[in-house]
Amino acid sequence: MSLVNLHQVHKYYGDHHVLKGIDLDINAGEVISIIGKSGSGKSTLLRCINGLEEYQQGGITLDGNEVTTEDIQVRRLALSVGMIFQNFNLFPHMTVGENIMLAPTIVLKKSKAEAADIAKAMLEKVGLAEKFDSYPEKLSGGQQQRVAIARALAMSPKVLLCDEITSALDPELVGEVLKVLEQLAKEGMTLILVTHEMNFARDVGSRVVFMHKGKVWEQGDSKTLLSDPQTDELKQFIGAVL
Amino acid sequence: MLHFSDLLQYTDVFFSGLMTTVELTLLTTILGIALGTSCAATRQYGHPIGQRTVTVYVELIRNTPFIVQLFFIFFGLPSLGLKLSPWQASMIALTINLGAYSTEIIRAGLNSIPKGQIEAAKVLGMTFRQTLTRIIFTPAFEKIYPALTSQCIIVMLGSAVISQISVEDLTYAANLVQSRNFRAFESYLVTAFLYLGLAIALRFIFNQIGKRLFAYREAR
Repeated sequence: MSLVNLHQVHKYYGDHHVLKGIDLDINAGEVISIIGKSGSGKSTLLRCINGLEEYQQGGITLDGNEVTTEDIQVRRLALSVGMIFQNFNLFPHMTVGENIMLAPTIVLKKSKAEAADIAKAMLEKVGLAEKFDSYPEKLSGGQQQRVAIARALAMSPKVLLCDEITSALDPELVGEVLKVLEQLAKEGMTLILVTHEMNFARDVGSRVVFMHKGKVWEQGDSKTLLSDPQTDELKQFIGAVL
Repeated sequence: MLHFSDLLQYTDVFFSGLMTTVELTLLTTILGIALGTSCAATRQYGHPIGQRTVTVYVELIRNTPFIVQLFFIFFGLPSLGLKLSPWQASMIALTINLGAYSTEIIRAGLNSIPKGQIEAAKVLGMTFRQTLTRIIFTPAFEKIYPALTSQCIIVMLGSAVISQISVEDLTYAANLVQSRNFRAFESYLVTAFLYLGLAIALRFIFNQIGKRLFAYREAR
């Protein structure tokens, strides 16, 4: 059974029809890059998967759970899906260590010592072990985003949603974040990324989903799709971004 | 000729008045901020009915004179069978007053928290209550702490009015002393300085608490 399944998902903002019948099946271990112009609905799609956005028709299941925006269901989903944002959203009044330890202690009810061990291990993974006691403000954007990844990983999610996580970074900081993602992909983590990093999508991703006008316009194996696009819209898009 | 020495025999009157003002100030500051915090959270995140109730309360208090609120509680409510001592009536009036003003101040703080912070807490599986207490409150209070401090001092100074319903506070003591020895200039000058000292002390306490609460500010 697939880890994430979307079946005929429709989403409206008032009269605005944002998602027009999305069908998508994502298996464990896949690295999916969702690409497309701004306004094509790719971020909205991502936010529907963990219940941050409501959808009006169709169905989404994640790890066997039905996805709804009800508080209790969103909390249940949070146990299997992590999310990383464009603006990091680290908690400014907590140290890096506290940021990572918070959810394991108050959501998973782990002991402080256990949570601290997890936090240290995750920081090690993203290459920031020495920043445990620093405050987010003291870190560069790339470092903050790596902490955000560590914070999500501390909940041991089955799938990680990444919403344009390198878009707010200075160009020279993008690489360090992508390197962490690449490592996660190698370890078999399921990743769903909304991204503009075409090279990353091609080299690390397993599948590319091209969104256009609220629909999955074209999808397929990342290398094949990006080197041999079938639709004019995707050809145009690739021409514009590469 | 000024005769400050004429006040010496009334030291205990001033002292007891000062203590009443201090006691009422500390109590109403704590209760008023607690009230303001829950009202602000209700108005920002609560049920529409709760939001409307808070709006009515805040506007009612902010647009009427404090002395009328006080008189209403002390002289008016007994008609409904609710008899309060002057001290109780003052405590309630001051708390309700600070509660309304601090609601607006604290709400500005809650407003300043980026939506992304709340979403980040949500996708980590936190309940809204946990998000409010762990994620939202501290940075929100940090932003509005100076304004909140000033409001508490304003309410403390405004408490002078309660002498009108014969609560024996600092102003009551000043009135009493000058009516006995006719040294109005000396009495009120000393009283003014006592209020000034009180305001400085209150600000100092707030600053100390703020340093503890927002220690992360120094660290970063």
